Amino acid sequence: MSERAQRLGGPIFTRPVRVLIALFAVGAILILWRLAAGLGATTALSDGYPWGLWIAFDVVTGTALACGGYFIAILVYILNKGRYHPMIRPAILTSALGYTMAGVSVFLDIGRWWLAWKLPLFFWSWNLRSVLLEVALCIMAYTFVVWLELTPAFLERFREGPDGRLKRFSQKAYPIVDKSLIWIIALGLLLPTMHQSSLGSLMLLTGPKLHPLWQTPFLPLLFLLSCIAMGYAAVVFESMLANLLFRRKPETDMLAALSRAMLPVLAGFFILRIGDLATSGRLSLAFVPDRYALAFWLETVLIAMPLVLLASAAQRRDPGNLFRAAMIMMLAGGLYRFNTFLVAYRPGEDVHYFPSAPELLITGGLIALEIIGYLVIVKTFPIFSGMPRRAAQG
Amino acid sequence: MSVDRRYLLKSLVAAGAAAVAAEGTSEARVRTPLPADALGLLYDTTRCIGCKTCVVACREANDTKPDNSNSPGGIWDTPMDLNGQTKTVVKLYKSADGLHRSYFKAQCMHCADPACTTACMLGALSKREHGIVSYNPSLCIGCRYCQMACPFNVPKFEWAKAAPKIVKCELCRHRVAGASLAKTDGYSRYPKGHGPACAEVCPRQAVIYGTREELLADARRRMAEHPDRYVPKIYGETDGGGTQCLYLSHVPFEDLGLPTLSARSVPDLQHTIQHGIYQGFVAPLALYGLLGAVIFRNRRKQQSEQPEQENGGRP
Repeated sequence: MSERAQRLGGPIFTRPVRVLIALFAVGAILILWRLAAGLGATTALSDGYPWGLWIAFDVVTGTALACGGYFIAILVYILNKGRYHPMIRPAILTSALGYTMAGVSVFLDIGRWWLAWKLPLFFWSWNLRSVLLEVALCIMAYTFVVWLELTPAFLERFREGPDGRLKRFSQKAYPIVDKSLIWIIALGLLLPTMHQSSLGSLMLLTGPKLHPLWQTPFLPLLFLLSCIAMGYAAVVFESMLANLLFRRKPETDMLAALSRAMLPVLAGFFILRIGDLATSGRLSLAFVPDRYALAFWLETVLIAMPLVLLASAAQRRDPGNLFRAAMIMMLAGGLYRFNTFLVAYRPGEDVHYFPSAPELLITGGLIALEIIGYLVIVKTFPIFSGMPRRAAQG
Repeated sequence: MSVDRRYLLKSLVAAGAAAVAAEGTSEARVRTPLPADALGLLYDTTRCIGCKTCVVACREANDTKPDNSNSPGGIWDTPMDLNGQTKTVVKLYKSADGLHRSYFKAQCMHCADPACTTACMLGALSKREHGIVSYNPSLCIGCRYCQMACPFNVPKFEWAKAAPKIVKCELCRHRVAGASLAKTDGYSRYPKGHGPACAEVCPRQAVIYGTREELLADARRRMAEHPDRYVPKIYGETDGGGTQCLYLSHVPFEDLGLPTLSARSVPDLQHTIQHGIYQGFVAPLALYGLLGAVIFRNRRKQQSEQPEQENGGRP
């Protein structure tokens, strides 16, 4: 448990990475086209659906999947479960990459991107009633903070690297970063609590345009709970996948204990979601045969499944079962958020949206970049703590 | 450890409690009352003949290009709805049996408590002189949250342009140019050529302009004189917290495409919840201090328990 984190090493430009680079290259070209030609030429967005894939998936779903760092930090630093400590760095890394990708997507999505710099700087113009302003500033700050949380990993590597300015700087900076880390970590806990709940509050403003099965004053709380569940699921998913790919010592004991902590969160979400609908009499809408009811049931069944899959201790110790539960949880939380922002949004009759090819390829390219970044960083910097059983390949 | 868990639970429950508390406050209210000189339009479906002179006048006054995208050969200006080059439009409603029909003029409603100005991050959309919901492109980054928020789907975006703007009716505020309001025929009006173009050119006074109070009084007078002619309601008097543009109609308002809104303003629920959580930013700051303190304590405890542990309590 007290093993130090180590870099995995190994070749960087493996075949999968070359494929990912090609995918990203396609996305990069389309990004340039989008910036030059505008949103109408490159996306399926319209006055009816001003927000599409990039917001509903890259930002709203993506940042929740990137809440692993937030989730593990709550466990380790607040609930004082020190034994999960080895999982912090990989989780923080995924968070950093996920939030960075969301930031890039927002930048591409805003129509007047060349004015984006005004947002953090024109504080005298800030509309403090705007929930989106809070979300935007919070996500910007958190993206910075989450990379800052990762700096010890970079400094440790440079500290032990070849002599030079970088080494001297790292040796000097490390104690400073280490000392101030408490306040950085605290910020890393505060900011997601704020913006992940506020992402839910965003849709309160759409009022009757959001289908009543989703429109509720509990949106902020449901969004907070869903991001914790998805953060957890992403940690399990990522940990097991890394074990497989890098032939690392499996962390099944730790993951089994983690999944026990997840049950109250999942149950809380489920009870709040159904209880709110039932007590306000909106649950009857789930029995109207339309696409909203279908989306609702799909989402609800998916949320209930991990509750069943993780119910007994034996189930939680079965790696295959744990992996399935994590995948379903990511899908369930993702679907809840995606539905809230896109499927359940009703701008009126005769308006439709399905993402265009450039939208999908840009999102795909950014995900490819995220995976490349992950692979390069875990191979170059001390992220993982488990000793590899043999030299890493991947 | 148990204490720390309690901290976390408390903050979660607090958010929920704020949400529930917010649900209880559902009475009609507008946070900032309208100024006495709030200007608006009154549109009367019984007077409109669908000539679209208002649409043409709006184009001239606002220098927008005719929309011939729906016209074979591109000869007619036929916008299907408000769009990135159309700030007002006249639509025709026909009932399924064909017995009832009505024209309907759409433009910005200039809400008393608008969802779009609440949404807008830097205040590019804001309520300015005479309560007019105004647009300042230099503060707009094009996020389109205003479009998501508006219950009337009014703000439109210039999708075809690489440097797009939000497009919406600003009650021809650019035409005022220093002119001042004066009482004319019982209404506060600008000298001709300085007021809202659509109202100035309407040959049937189907759409007129004046202060909201004057228009409300006129609407009530018309309903009292011809109670058989109108649906007994002035749309916009209280709907969505009240709007400065008002409608009288002989067919149900929902048939005209106007949303059914309560007297509670659209942004009120969100504001109540967010304000409950973030009042004076006290809760986030307190939570921050608390989180820092708990982390500090845990780290100290862990270091004293396991002094030999390398990397203890560090990410």
